[in-house]
Amino acid sequence: MIRALRKSEGFLYVLPALAFVTAFVLWPLAQLVYLSLTDTSLLGGGEFVGLENYVKAFGDKSFWRALEFTLKYTVFITPILMGLGFALALLTAPNRPLRQITRGIIFLPVVIGIGSSSLLWFWLFDQQVGMFNRILVDIGILAEPAVWFTKADMALLGVTISITWKVIGFGMLLFVAGIQSINGEIGEAALIDGGNYWQRVWYIILPLSLRVILLTTLISVIGSMLAFEQFYIMTGGNPRGQTFTSVYWIYQNSFISFKLGYGAALSIILTAIVLVFSTLQVILSNRSPSQ
Amino acid sequence: MTALAEGTVRPAAAEHVSRAAGESRPVGYLVGAICIAVSTIMLAPLVLSFLASIKAPDEARASPPTYIPQSFSLESYLKVFEYQAGLWTYVGNSLLVAVLTIVICLALAVPAGYGLARFKMPFKEVWFIILLAPLMIPYQALLTPLYLTFSKIGLANSHLGLAMVHTILQLPFSIYLMRNSFESIPRELEEAAKVDGSNSWQTLRSIFFPLAVPGIVTVGLFAFIASWNEFLSALIFMNKETSFTVPIMLVSVRTGRLGSVDWGALQAGVILSILPCVLIYLLLQRYYVAGFLNGAVK
Repeated sequence: MIRALRKSEGFLYVLPALAFVTAFVLWPLAQLVYLSLTDTSLLGGGEFVGLENYVKAFGDKSFWRALEFTLKYTVFITPILMGLGFALALLTAPNRPLRQITRGIIFLPVVIGIGSSSLLWFWLFDQQVGMFNRILVDIGILAEPAVWFTKADMALLGVTISITWKVIGFGMLLFVAGIQSINGEIGEAALIDGGNYWQRVWYIILPLSLRVILLTTLISVIGSMLAFEQFYIMTGGNPRGQTFTSVYWIYQNSFISFKLGYGAALSIILTAIVLVFSTLQVILSNRSPSQ
Repeated sequence: MTALAEGTVRPAAAEHVSRAAGESRPVGYLVGAICIAVSTIMLAPLVLSFLASIKAPDEARASPPTYIPQSFSLESYLKVFEYQAGLWTYVGNSLLVAVLTIVICLALAVPAGYGLARFKMPFKEVWFIILLAPLMIPYQALLTPLYLTFSKIGLANSHLGLAMVHTILQLPFSIYLMRNSFESIPRELEEAAKVDGSNSWQTLRSIFFPLAVPGIVTVGLFAFIASWNEFLSALIFMNKETSFTVPIMLVSVRTGRLGSVDWGALQAGVILSILPCVLIYLLLQRYYVAGFLNGAVK
């Protein structure tokens, strides 16, 4: 095998990238597994403790609460992102100037950093100086400026609003490409059959977009399961640790409490969960080369 | 903004969608009104943030806030420019990390894409799957072991180390894109070069490289934006004030002195931090959208 590879010129070109992935992804992954079996802390330690960290994780209420909150966030935001994203795609798919400009504007926040957008919304949501509160009061939705980040449910809603603004264009653009790739003749046929617009959406556009919708949902779910910045910046895990996400809780354990071994075990558990979705994503995206 | 459409569109195919949208006149007006409403909502946070950044500090912390600035002042910007080590230190850090990320990404992805697209090799699909590993293993989980290793070899708190982490994030997408761009170059060109007696490296340099420029630009573009915006690993790895990147600096601007937030300065910082990304998006939209559609779903 090695001889065959040595003779293969192409392999030489791939080798640097393979070496990089091995050194900076696969090797750290192996280290992570080992770390998770030790009591390493940033201050020292490193005794092999077997599965103790995992046993501890299963009994750790804070970890389960963080995982549960992450799931809640994912289950809450994903339908919003997909539904609204698809609606906006239907709105902006036709190539008319106004719709194209709208499409470009909706996509704009996608290129902005999540740190910047979270700080922007942290200000908008502020009870004293926040513009979002002022607008909601002025149009009569709120009686007085709300405090967004002192209750877990309000915090979840606030973060969801800000992230929807930030990433809605992502799904929308993928859906637009999907809708535009649907063969025009199919639409024509339906037009002749006398189907109205919503019937065409329901019976033609939606079914033919299923693969794109599924893939976009997976990408979105993975992103939400790994959420960190928006909560770190806007809620700081408050109130009383109720808005820690999984990644945030791992960060707390590893880099604030220095419990690296324990943090590693939590990371392995999270990786295993995310792996289910990401494997599905890779399989789906490589299956059909069309689109 | 029209380029955003051109990148995605197949003119004939899109026609029915347009007609399907039911273009009787009242419906047309309604759709137009919805478009304008949606655009307003999407732009409002950015516009409001910009307006807050040019208010005088007193007005910026007024409660309730004013929609239209009653005062004009660049004081908030001056504060950000003079923040701690000075804005240019942090911009310099971010730029250096981004440039290193672009360089490492291209140095790895261009040859890898070429190799995968143009050569037969044993176990090709196995190598390809390994190269996609960073897509499946969240980098958030790898930061602890990377941090420990980097500390030992002097890459913690270093621009190069952070660029390595950012490269992990961008590599699968970059390789994927380069593989596609090399695959789309006609085989005849390669044959001609072989007849001329060029070896594969010369062929890459003289024939493929120039033709793959759009792909290379796209890879660089995405690497820049990802690196400029990346937060978590910069937070963990860059633990000296003077080595902060822009997003980490922004968070410490907010924390401020004495626990009170300087709202005007924070918004000035937000505006400055998003400016490069917005400019790149507006100027290079064609590359950006093409790359996005090429890499995100496939």
